[in-house]
Amino acid sequence: MAIAEFFQHLMNGLTLGGIYALIALGYTMVYGILKFINFAHGDVLMAGAFIGLFVFDWLRGSAPSGVWTIISFFLAMIVSMGLSALLGMFIERVAYKPLRNATRLAPLLSAIGVSFILSNGAAWAFGTRSRKFNYPFDNTPIHIGEVVITPHQILILVVSLIMMIGLKLFVDRTRMGKAMRATSLDQSTAMLMGVNVNKVISLTFAIGSALAAVGGILIALDFKVYASMGTMTGLKAFVAAVLGGIGNISGAMFGGILLGILETFGVAVFGIPTGLKDTIAFGVLIIILLIRPEGLFGKVEKEKV
Amino acid sequence: MFNFFLLILIYTGIYALMALGQNVITGYGGMLSLTQAGFFAIGSYATAILATRYGWSFWATLPVAAILSAFFGLLIGLPTLRLKGDYLAIATLGFGEIVRNVLNNWDSLTNGPMGIQKIPMITIFGFVINPYKKYAFLVILSIAVFVAYLLFQRLARSRMGRALAAVREDEIAAQSMGINVTKYKVYAFILGASVAGVAGSFQAAFTLSVSPGTYTFMVSVMVLCMVVLGGMGNFKASILGAFIIQLISYLPQLTGLTAVIPPQFKQILFGLILVIMMIWRPQGLLGRERIDYTKGGKR
Repeated sequence: MAIAEFFQHLMNGLTLGGIYALIALGYTMVYGILKFINFAHGDVLMAGAFIGLFVFDWLRGSAPSGVWTIISFFLAMIVSMGLSALLGMFIERVAYKPLRNATRLAPLLSAIGVSFILSNGAAWAFGTRSRKFNYPFDNTPIHIGEVVITPHQILILVVSLIMMIGLKLFVDRTRMGKAMRATSLDQSTAMLMGVNVNKVISLTFAIGSALAAVGGILIALDFKVYASMGTMTGLKAFVAAVLGGIGNISGAMFGGILLGILETFGVAVFGIPTGLKDTIAFGVLIIILLIRPEGLFGKVEKEKV
Repeated sequence: MFNFFLLILIYTGIYALMALGQNVITGYGGMLSLTQAGFFAIGSYATAILATRYGWSFWATLPVAAILSAFFGLLIGLPTLRLKGDYLAIATLGFGEIVRNVLNNWDSLTNGPMGIQKIPMITIFGFVINPYKKYAFLVILSIAVFVAYLLFQRLARSRMGRALAAVREDEIAAQSMGINVTKYKVYAFILGASVAGVAGSFQAAFTLSVSPGTYTFMVSVMVLCMVVLGGMGNFKASILGAFIIQLISYLPQLTGLTAVIPPQFKQILFGLILVIMMIWRPQGLLGRERIDYTKGGKR
């Protein structure tokens, strides 16, 4: 394989992985604090993409392109982040909060229910036809040597990098971030230390959902917007979270990027048929569960009685 | 209308088999498996391929479907059942998608998205059950459901049923009492898978054609809904749940309101059922069956 070809696949893998990482963060943060898989996360992504699409089309009007289009794209992204955050908090409040002291199965089943309501509700409200998310800019590929990069890929890399650095700073440096870490370490002790656990959980869902909305919009630019778009993307992002060690924020970022690269190289280099592309992620999941169930960066937790 | 009601009852029977299996896994074992659709598909395709290519009779394909599904249950169960419950949900969900992916792409064996048509009808003592004899099919299916119900009912009272209940309630305590946790979990998984395979066999023999589009994640969620609605850990309730859910799915056709009710209505309703049941009545309509171990049964 030529060097240029290698860098080309690496670039494609990195951009795909950047999106997975953004979505994986939502899974990992919720798991870190509530110890359950938020099945509805993928569908929040779908909702975010739809909101982004509507707001963008409305703001953009009929103007073909220009500075205003780019501004309205980012405005749409911000609005979508806000509304998705509200949606995430609302879901937590209605479907998960009453089950906090129930059996382990209860919130999982409830989450599957929420996921079904969201994706089918969207199919009902917006139709099953997929909609195109117009590029806010001219997407002519740029040639750097033999490597081809599209402005869309640059957008993905820049946006996901900013989001991840922002999140890392928030969790590591702020008071609220400290409260989040404390809650994920030990909920009842955190509560005794004066942390408002309910607020922390709400915030976790808000941040995770906002990041998912960004991921949804970025992925929609390439793959259109449709009601069931969240299912497969959400599942893969979950695999990314497990790969990095679920509950570990840096792990989710790394796992997402690694999964993106594995998928791209699996198809391009190892000749896995495109039809079976989606199975790569699950193959990775089963292998990682077999040899290192705590993930690459996870801590082994001893179960105490 | 009567014919339509028979159709609902037949689907109730097919899904009741799957729901019984799900109940062993989720209701008794406390494991969230989301892959009944995958085993259902394996059973269907086993019958379809063996019957159309090799001219096997339905009755010969039935045990093959069960064994093949059980084998895949073992394959997916062994690595994942040693892990915490949540991973199982995702791994099994992934497995279901892989099955559908493979069925869609393995053209030489499964004929890809087109599926397999012209599956021979069931014959019994020279009596051919064609699609017009829904009642005859229903009788055979009911016998199968009844046998499965009896088997599972006995199983719940056996050593294995007690072991599974112990594992569900407290895995560590069960382990320290000398119960081989992984072994019983895998057993439950295999049983649940094989009965779903049998359901798949019946499905193939009833519709006389199979295609990957039938075996979506929706099916797994529907089955889960049946068990949760009826009541986890109660086999009668699983059958009742299957009936109610099937009735709901055909409500638009039953009431003649197909034009008014959107096609997504039933999926949205299934989602609502899961959330609402979990919040207000986690034990389901009938609740868990109390088993009096002091009466009968081997010690």
